[in-house]
Amino acid sequence: MSAAREKECDVAIRISGLTNSFGEQVVHEDLSLDVRHGEILGVVGGSGTGKSVLMRSIIGLQRPDAGRIEVLGESILDGEEEDVSIRSRWGVLFQGGALFSTLTVAENVMVPLAEFYPHIDRSLRREIALYKIALSGLPEDAADKYPSELSGGMKKRAGLARALALDPDVLFLDEPTAGLDPIGAARFDALTRELQRTLGLTVFLITHDLDTLHEICDRVAVLADRKVIAIGTIPELLATDHPWIQEYFNGPRGRAAAVSHADEERKKTRLPASSKSRGFLR
Amino acid sequence: MGAPADFAIEERGESGAVLRFSGNLDITTIAQLDKRLKQIDQPVALIDMADAGHIDTVGAWIVYRLARDQRCEIVNLSESGSRLVEAVGRSDISDIEPPHRPNVLSRTLAGIGEATMTALGSMLGMLGFFGALVRSVISLVAHPGRFRWAATVRHFELVGVSALGIVGLMSFLIGIVIAQQGAVQLRQFGAEVFTVNLVGRLTIRELGVLMTAIMVAGRSGSAFAAQIGTMKLTEEVDAMRTIGVSPVEALVLPRVTAAVLMMPLLGFYSMIVAMIGGAFLCWIVLEIPPATFVVRIQEVVPITDFYVGMIKAPVFGLIIALAGCYQGMQVRGNAEEVGSRTTAAVVQAIFMVIVLDAFFAVFFTEVGWG
Repeated sequence: MSAAREKECDVAIRISGLTNSFGEQVVHEDLSLDVRHGEILGVVGGSGTGKSVLMRSIIGLQRPDAGRIEVLGESILDGEEEDVSIRSRWGVLFQGGALFSTLTVAENVMVPLAEFYPHIDRSLRREIALYKIALSGLPEDAADKYPSELSGGMKKRAGLARALALDPDVLFLDEPTAGLDPIGAARFDALTRELQRTLGLTVFLITHDLDTLHEICDRVAVLADRKVIAIGTIPELLATDHPWIQEYFNGPRGRAAAVSHADEERKKTRLPASSKSRGFLR
Repeated sequence: MGAPADFAIEERGESGAVLRFSGNLDITTIAQLDKRLKQIDQPVALIDMADAGHIDTVGAWIVYRLARDQRCEIVNLSESGSRLVEAVGRSDISDIEPPHRPNVLSRTLAGIGEATMTALGSMLGMLGFFGALVRSVISLVAHPGRFRWAATVRHFELVGVSALGIVGLMSFLIGIVIAQQGAVQLRQFGAEVFTVNLVGRLTIRELGVLMTAIMVAGRSGSAFAAQIGTMKLTEEVDAMRTIGVSPVEALVLPRVTAAVLMMPLLGFYSMIVAMIGGAFLCWIVLEIPPATFVVRIQEVVPITDFYVGMIKAPVFGLIIALAGCYQGMQVRGNAEEVGSRTTAAVVQAIFMVIVLDAFFAVFFTEVGWG
């Protein structure tokens, strides 16, 4: 089924002519963006360029002034009621995790399952929640803890487990590595990549983290001047002469990330076995 | 949505049965399949996935679980399918037990014990909190420049001025109700004229201040708890401490000062409005003209009644503000805590106000202010 769908439409998310404004302030104007099936698309842009607003528009939390948004071939702006089925095919990780604070981690993951598939037995729901929690790289004793008992990185992983609860086709990540230490951030990147490959996900990833962009993103879209000003691989973006893009990727941080990425690549090509022999998630 | 998920069991003599899955094994189709798979009562030697269609992690989990429980092999699995089965297999932590829930009796007993400890703890905590407040007052006497006038005046407005409307309306209605009920009862003895005594003494000595205290606890005590509680959650209180600002001085003292000073004013206002309500009813129903009502009030209400009310009011204000600020400062962890602490603040404040009111009633009668 999914293979047929992939052939049918190579584009998972299609946005055209999107306009968003808050009062006088126009955030997006005639913005267009295509996200391909099975890619990790990084979205970057300065603060206030509307990255989060773009994500909220796609998942239907923000009603745009104009434009068309299609996710997996279904338009999400016409019809208030019909978008329920599409909601079960995406998962969202909010910036702070947005876990329900009165439920345990396992119960958090079970919420979407119970909401969309009430026929599934409670015991099976718990089993599903548990393996999703382990897939997200949490230790097993985290399952019955409350969000307030978890560290920031664990909250993000728990949020990821909930986002994956329904086996979505599309995953939205809003700054997944913000606030994590470099080791935790690198692990989260590896986890995202691993899950994307294993589960065949399309990932829409908002980030400020240059390492994330270099390590796991197939393409990067740059938001500026109310539009997507460029989209492509990082070498392609570097070939453009937009000042913001040049400053972003060629600033001191951008260069450091590029250098470390190049080192990684060299190591991988020299020792192909080592990356494979690594544990699944850790 | 493609072929529905199904399976068939095929006997194969001695080597055991073969279970063949067919159709799409994904989260949309799995509920029925899970129930039927649990009813299989014969050993399965082999799982054949040749006819299976699309498979997601939930389908992979079902297949993996069956293979694990029956200790059998899976054959003819697609490449993506085997990747998923391998992934969920590595993530199998289903043997961890859900947290143990004790039975009803021990839970009830534990609940009572916990509530008792919480009550005792919060009494001690309030006492400690009061101590911290007194200390910060003393240090302010030494450095009066640190007193937060702006915040205090703002709380004067929030606690006092903004409450005038609702306290006034409530008091007016209470005055009417007392006069009306009193008139009905006293008429049976032909003593309607004593309605004035009833209204005057009851509102000035007891109800004016008491009802105001309940209203202030509901309006301002809850607001104090919620404001400070939210500031605790967002780490504003911690930020204050690191900058060297004492939260008791910056947050608690202005609120307590406002409540202590506003309560007598609001209480006095409430007494007056309640008497206006009573006078209004006496005028309409009992035909006692307002001028006569005022003269009678002066005759029958001793000035000590007014003192009693005015002595109680600031104490009630202190209790309400202390309970609100204390509960707000106790907020930890999550948003639910803000709600439960706000409730606790109001309940605690009203409870203590009423208990203390009873003490005051006995005390003032004993000292001859009855």
